[in-house]
Amino acid sequence: MAYVPLADQDDPHALHDPHSFITKYVWSQDHKVIAIQYGGTAIFVGLIALGLSILMRLQLGFPDSISWIDPAFYYQAVTMHGMIMVVYLLTALFLGGFGNYLIPLMCGTRDMVFPFLNMLSFWFYLLSVIILLASFFVTGGPAGAGWTLYAPQSITAGTPGSGGGMLLMLISLAVFIVAFTMGGLNYVTTILQARTRGMTLMRMPLSIWGIFTATVLGLFAFPALLVSAIMLGFDLVLGTSFFMPAMMQLGEQSTQDGGSPILFQHLFWFFGHPEVYIVALPAFGLVSDVIATHARKNIFGYRMMVWAIIAIGGLSFLVWAHHMYVSGMNPYFGFFFATTTLIIAVPTALKVYNWVLTLWQGNIRLNTPMLFAIGFIFTFVHGGLTGLFLGNVIIDVPLADTYFVVAHFHMVMGVSPVLVLYAALYHWYPKMTGRMYNETMGKVHFWCTFLGTYAIYLPMHYLGFLGVPRRYYEMGNTDFVPATAQALNANITIAAIFVATAQVLFFINIFMSLRKEKDAGGNPWGATTLEWQTPDTPPKHGNWGPELPTVYRWAYDYSVPGAKQDFIPQNEPGEEYEKTFHTRGHS
Amino acid sequence: MSQSEAVANGSPTAAGMTGFVQDWKSDKQTYQVPWGKAMMWIFLVSDTFIFSCFLVGYMTVRISTADPWPLATEVFALSFFGSDPIPLILIAIMTFVLITSSGTMALAVNFGYRRDKRKTVMFMLFTAALGATFVGMQAYEWSKLIGYGVRPWSNPWGAEQFGSVFYMITGFHGLHVSAGVIYLLIIARKVARGDYDKKGYEIVEITGLYWHFVDLVWVFIFAFFYLL
Repeated sequence: MAYVPLADQDDPHALHDPHSFITKYVWSQDHKVIAIQYGGTAIFVGLIALGLSILMRLQLGFPDSISWIDPAFYYQAVTMHGMIMVVYLLTALFLGGFGNYLIPLMCGTRDMVFPFLNMLSFWFYLLSVIILLASFFVTGGPAGAGWTLYAPQSITAGTPGSGGGMLLMLISLAVFIVAFTMGGLNYVTTILQARTRGMTLMRMPLSIWGIFTATVLGLFAFPALLVSAIMLGFDLVLGTSFFMPAMMQLGEQSTQDGGSPILFQHLFWFFGHPEVYIVALPAFGLVSDVIATHARKNIFGYRMMVWAIIAIGGLSFLVWAHHMYVSGMNPYFGFFFATTTLIIAVPTALKVYNWVLTLWQGNIRLNTPMLFAIGFIFTFVHGGLTGLFLGNVIIDVPLADTYFVVAHFHMVMGVSPVLVLYAALYHWYPKMTGRMYNETMGKVHFWCTFLGTYAIYLPMHYLGFLGVPRRYYEMGNTDFVPATAQALNANITIAAIFVATAQVLFFINIFMSLRKEKDAGGNPWGATTLEWQTPDTPPKHGNWGPELPTVYRWAYDYSVPGAKQDFIPQNEPGEEYEKTFHTRGHS
Repeated sequence: MSQSEAVANGSPTAAGMTGFVQDWKSDKQTYQVPWGKAMMWIFLVSDTFIFSCFLVGYMTVRISTADPWPLATEVFALSFFGSDPIPLILIAIMTFVLITSSGTMALAVNFGYRRDKRKTVMFMLFTAALGATFVGMQAYEWSKLIGYGVRPWSNPWGAEQFGSVFYMITGFHGLHVSAGVIYLLIIARKVARGDYDKKGYEIVEITGLYWHFVDLVWVFIFAFFYLL
């Protein structure tokens, strides 16, 4: 029997509209509902992690002002803040949230190829979040070894939360990886196999390219985390010695010996570094679409942008040991990984140039999503440049484990992706809800967040140059740190509390705007991509009505000379402008 | 779809590099593979990373430990009716059984495409039986080693990592085989019931992909853990 490609199956007889409340909103297989479930859960745990960071900042800025923040709790707050932000907020919100929402809409399909597995993905994610949060309530509290969970320290008695808290953390990570795999298989397969007629790979919006490459990275990188979690769990529960060297513990020779602590670091960072790009690549993609739409210009160098995403994705598997320059590796490794790290800066810089050149002479609308997107370019350049410092072994050695590192990675993979998340949330909010957010409140939110984060992280670079070590509960008396560093720390804390408070504006905005009478319309931005061309807003189950859209052009036909409006939707028939405007290798 | 339309959409009609480029930029379907098969392939690549990490971890701890590594030929030897112990004989039989099951699986796929429902089901059940035999022999091997006093945290002969690696890797592989047996039985039942009469027997091949992968992984475990 001839195989009928998905895109040719116009007849919606296979579509089964959900009838009951439960199948429609709770155990839903609709990618849009799953996306919002993913996003809501991720933002919820993200708020917990934000609260933990404020508690840490209070201790650093105003030592001992809160009596119940003891050293153990401080380390647990550091650990849980880091792990939640990186894995349970950013990964889940970009891929589970935006991936789920945008892939079928932007590729022109009715849903993911395997909706049931997609639904399971969310429920496993929720389970992993519940297990993680449960660790706050076990004896000894949650894991407190830093988010990198370095063995043997993380499971050695004396480290806060090294018993039950650590075990729950490892189980939660394993469940999260299962959830991610189920979702990730759907994202990759849907993008490869289920695109609608005419949607060639080189016509896909950059959001899809970013999400696609990041998901592939996730499918190859999370296995290393799963394996290290299993082995660490065995070391903890069964007393095996995968990562445990011979050592003295509480005055006694440990029964575990012969393991390799460096092995844990290699496995962890083989996951950990691609993880940076699992977060960054979807951000690159989403911000490209936001910038092109609101600058009313085609993205500069589309094909270069695609190849840069792929190159960054490939290179990200070859740089992991730059996190381990001071771990006692062979120095030749340091040379190799410093080289690959600097090479990865090339495609990354190329993307930044292309964003700036897209803005160049554009008809820029400075609305909230665009402000966040431009803000991202600033913070990303900033965090990227300090990355070049730390990528060189000789500069990294004195700066390792200081606040310079904290400032660097918060700038590049904390603030930058979060600014993109806000840009994307504001940008797609009208499509998700059918209502327009409040522009003024959005702009106030942007300026508070953007300037506030600089007030937090710029001084941290200076603290790092002074040599202030990270992960210290309090400084005590040190000769090399001047007393004025404390004043700086207090300022940072005040800025952090200000930024955290400013996020309330976002929640007020999105909830108040839901009740607005005025309809945003199907395509308020005049955007070209398919998700803005749906027959209903918000899109109904099945997305496209009786017939799937047909794509005739790339995603960036903005301000085409002679066109009747300043954008041409992808599904509008006619000459593909891009073909005459750019030279193509083949066509 | 007419021929000219197919060419315009970039169907893989051309050969060589042009065909390759067309495959990758084509709309609708990359390589004209149905999504289920593509999804299984991608999952298997991801799973390969899991087993690779396990094996790399095993090699690292085998180098890092200061204690001597037990000799696999002596640990995994079995004597029949009072004969001298034959090294690795049980493992050899297990490997033979598992590789045979790949052959029967390939036959099941073949009969699936010929739409011979009865033989497809028969060979799938045969494959599942061989898989279950493998798991059973593995359980026997585990019980023997447990009887010798091999534990994940210690063993009578040397490096404690020997036991931890053995139970972890063979256990994880055994779980894969057990899951494969259950998967085979479910699909065989659905084939027998006629669920795929209209849709086609693609699913048998997808099941086969998983099954061959599990066999292939065993070859690496056999080579790196038992032979080295």
